[in-house]
Amino acid sequence: MDRLLPLLSLLRRRRALRKAGVATLRLASPSVRAVTPPESASIDDQTVALTVNGRSHVLDLDTRTTLLDVLREHLALTGTKKGCDQGQCGACTVMVNGRRINSCLALAVMHAGDEIVTIEGLAQRDDLHPMQAAFVHHDGLQCGYCTPGQICSAVALLAEHEAGWPSYVTTDLATAPALTDAEIAERMSGNICRCSAYPNIVAAIRDVAEGGHT
Amino acid sequence: MKPFRYERASSIASACASAAGPAAKFVAGGTNLVDLMKLQIETPARLVDIGLLPLAEIEETADGGLRVGALVTNSALAADLRVRRRYPLLSRAILAGASTQLRNKATTGGNLLQRTRCPYFYDTTKPCNKRVPGSGCAALAGLNRMNAVLGVTDDCIAAHPSDMAVAMTVLDAQVETIAPGGATRTIPIDALYRAPGNTPHIETVLARGELIRSVLLPPPPPGRQVYRKVRDRASFAFALVSVAAIVAREGERVRAARVAFGGLSYKPWRSAEAEAALAGAAVTRASFDAAGVAALKDARGYGHNDFKIPLARRTLRATLADAAGIV
Repeated sequence: MDRLLPLLSLLRRRRALRKAGVATLRLASPSVRAVTPPESASIDDQTVALTVNGRSHVLDLDTRTTLLDVLREHLALTGTKKGCDQGQCGACTVMVNGRRINSCLALAVMHAGDEIVTIEGLAQRDDLHPMQAAFVHHDGLQCGYCTPGQICSAVALLAEHEAGWPSYVTTDLATAPALTDAEIAERMSGNICRCSAYPNIVAAIRDVAEGGHT
Repeated sequence: MKPFRYERASSIASACASAAGPAAKFVAGGTNLVDLMKLQIETPARLVDIGLLPLAEIEETADGGLRVGALVTNSALAADLRVRRRYPLLSRAILAGASTQLRNKATTGGNLLQRTRCPYFYDTTKPCNKRVPGSGCAALAGLNRMNAVLGVTDDCIAAHPSDMAVAMTVLDAQVETIAPGGATRTIPIDALYRAPGNTPHIETVLARGELIRSVLLPPPPPGRQVYRKVRDRASFAFALVSVAAIVAREGERVRAARVAFGGLSYKPWRSAEAEAALAGAAVTRASFDAAGVAALKDARGYGHNDFKIPLARRTLRATLADAAGIV
């Protein structure tokens, strides 16, 4: 049964893509088409409705599918990246109901009804989001693989700071902290950059926090 | 990941009933469980999502404490102004753990119940009594620098990874649960965790289907609260050693002190020995050194983690000095 799982998930993915309005290839062969899970199969599909970048989607999903895989494999939103797939690198960071999370550790079924914003949802047509513009201006990237996660994380960081959230380096917990470089670095510690573009990432975020690139 | 059936619980009673079966698990934030399911270390046949249950509030209690719902996220708890003002050490401990992305998902109940990060628990090619009872412990003679030095046995030297739980332990928090059938109980946090003995796969006293509803924080004790974490990098790393301390002074004497360690044991390690040594002691580094010696007297290193014993003593001394205001 385990060996059939990839085929079944492929079938399911294509079904989901069709529902999502994404062009798919024809099924590979009649023998694949004939595969159906036996009654006793412990595989579970579930219909999940969620909103991504303002657009509603209804998907038939294997319950094991992560939110990251839904975005990339089912909705073809490949801006969100799979780095470590275990919550350590932050490349998969998206915003769910306004809060940043690691989409690799989120089961899509647990996000039914949620509003998700990915890197693709930040720009307004041809106008970059201020954070995107600031990353370009400050050269806050080298290879770019971690950048969508960095930018989503940074956008959420500003909202968290606006809400008065403290961080590990906040000196006085009783008051809302100023957004110093040390605060920005600590608050971005969930996003790793293998190229080590950190100084420019911090500069880009500070720029937007101070009202630049609006 | 193994296939599983997923359901969203609509009430506490139905959640407990659903999770009473043998291969069922509660899921809330899922940041630890989903990771372990990918590795097939956790293989629940049924996942009971409690995320929509009404357990995400922080309430004042009549005695001046707080009741923290099990679904309050780590982020929300650390940012709560009541927590920041009355239990700053709890706020600090939470902010010392993980990343914002993880804290935004991770919940109070889930944080308490997270599994160890012992590398051999994660490495399915190696023996681990916690993962496969009876298979042995690869950490004993392995790369055990992150492992425990207090309260463990040769069957398992895994350390509990939570920072939040260390703070809650020094605050004498209590864990409120409800079991299938509706029976409720209140468990002192220190009694939540089971010593590994020869059954390290059984980590808590919770019964099947028993749900953590909330954590009760008694009114904060007098004294200055400090949480200090020592780790391999400046942020987003598990503790080598952490110390939660509350020190109340009376002139040049310690009136009362509370001490708990993280990173040293299968649970947050409250040190009655250190607290007894500190009660009435002079506010001096010598007293704090003596407390450290008392706290670590039964500690045992396993090679790579031998350094934790002096590190814990020194971290305790520095944390107590900070809490007593003699830095």
